[in-house]
Amino acid sequence: MKPPDTRTRPAADRTRHRPAGAPPPGEPRRVAYLYVLPALLVYAAFLLWPLLHGAYLSLFRWDGLTVGTWAGLGNYTQAFSDPHLRGTFGHAAVLVFFYAVLPCCIAFLLVAVMSRSRPRGLTLFRTVLFLPQVVAMVAVAVAWQWIYSEHGPINGTLRLLGLGGLARGWLGDFTWALPSVGLIGTWAEIGLAMVLFLAGVQKIPRELYEAARVDGAGAVREFFAVTLPGLRRELSVALTLTIIAALRNFDLIYLTTGGGPGDATRVPAYEVYNRTFNTGEVGLACAIGIIIAVVVFAVTAGVGRLVEGRP
Amino acid sequence: MTPATSRAERATTYAVLIVFAVIAVFPLLAVASQALGLPHPSAAAFTGAWRKGHFARYLTNSLIVVTAVVVAASVLSILAGYALGTMEFRGATLLFYVFLAGLMVPTEAIVVPLYFDLRSAGLDNTLPGLMLPQIAQSVSFGVFWMRAYFRSAPRSLIEASRIDGASSWTTLWRVLLPVGRPAILTMVVLIAMWTWNEFLLALVIMNSNEDLRTAPLGLSIFQGQHQTEYQMLMAAALIVAAPVVLVYVFLQRHFIAGMLSGAVKE
Repeated sequence: MKPPDTRTRPAADRTRHRPAGAPPPGEPRRVAYLYVLPALLVYAAFLLWPLLHGAYLSLFRWDGLTVGTWAGLGNYTQAFSDPHLRGTFGHAAVLVFFYAVLPCCIAFLLVAVMSRSRPRGLTLFRTVLFLPQVVAMVAVAVAWQWIYSEHGPINGTLRLLGLGGLARGWLGDFTWALPSVGLIGTWAEIGLAMVLFLAGVQKIPRELYEAARVDGAGAVREFFAVTLPGLRRELSVALTLTIIAALRNFDLIYLTTGGGPGDATRVPAYEVYNRTFNTGEVGLACAIGIIIAVVVFAVTAGVGRLVEGRP
Repeated sequence: MTPATSRAERATTYAVLIVFAVIAVFPLLAVASQALGLPHPSAAAFTGAWRKGHFARYLTNSLIVVTAVVVAASVLSILAGYALGTMEFRGATLLFYVFLAGLMVPTEAIVVPLYFDLRSAGLDNTLPGLMLPQIAQSVSFGVFWMRAYFRSAPRSLIEASRIDGASSWTTLWRVLLPVGRPAILTMVVLIAMWTWNEFLLALVIMNSNEDLRTAPLGLSIFQGQHQTEYQMLMAAALIVAAPVVLVYVFLQRHFIAGMLSGAVKE
């Protein structure tokens, strides 16, 4: 199994193959429990317990103040049947396109184009391309809110090009708010995808490309015969990370649009907060949180299998 | 070297890299030039934001939270990762998967129950209340990361130390950790970055205590108060983002390798 993971995907620790006859790694030791215990206690109290507590709360109708009433799976059926909430899942799907599909496709095609050269200064390019990943999302959101604003750089550029008629407050526009937020995601994630693919493509043996050329393969065949198979793992990692980023974008939505205008940019991650602190539907908020967790789990387990064709 | 890459391919490659590098930094440069009030540079927006946004206090709070989370999470992760990576005991695999599962739990799934739990424990609007959940989240990554390191550490090192009569404790701190500095540094910078940038938990847990706001939370409040004073807002955004970006510039290898290594090392 691939290490499932939301934030990063550290080196999977392949099982070390012990030489035959060697003793098992580390003799059985009771002291091991003492080493694990402190971490386990904090982890259980502040991560596992809230998760279970959230799953429990999701079975109640509760306003956070008075006594809750049992709802069974009522909050879950509401999450999928209420048109407003269904809409938020639709928005999440649109954002997955902007955060994951678009950046991965663009980055993949571009890296495929450059697959045969080994550019110099790659470290510098990597550092710059990856930069959006380390900037606090809060700062990114504040910055883009200005960039998209009435008199921000985007409208300024449009006016300069004589396209002033297109200028608008992008984040306040019913049609454009969601794609505008989505493009912030595209901007943030495209570098991640490029860095991943660049690292992958450097490892494809050059001989494969040379062999393909000797066989008279054109650029297209070379892409499908050499580049695509060589980058499958990177593609699956990039898709997993970016899809999860698209689902966990509370910061960006809260700070750029607050779900508006109307509910044009409401997403599940935002509703978790909104339903708890604004409308007093705590059980429903917990149910949405659990749904997000389940989707994240499914994406982590599923994308790798689909893209890499693993069992 | 066989068929050299053609000039055209090389040129295309650089063109693509340069275009996307520009796209990546353009918003940041635009923000910086707005904050500096170009073309008439002045630091007024920075000093104004610093004072009106109380950023001295909020940056200090963030620094305290990051330090505590990094230290606590690192120690706990090293201890647990050491046991899970080098010792054989009943339930080790299960424990590992339990920690691993935490990596998949989004903050959105725990923030609401956490809010009510911390409130009834009297920990909302306190620094420990903000630190402990982040230590728990970091431990789930840290255990995973350190276990991988300890498994890859040469067994001979551990065996030799044991033959010398060293206890498992001495072996860990005297033998394995000095060798594992790069792995630990990667873990530390990642946990520090995630903690510094965390917003949702700070927003929910520090809901009324203004004195304990972290830098990102302070920025969001500042944005609410100065909606269209963009020059000052951009300065504030830079102030909040700068510490992580500075560390990133020097340790970018650790950031990138840590965040992507599953694919990079394969």
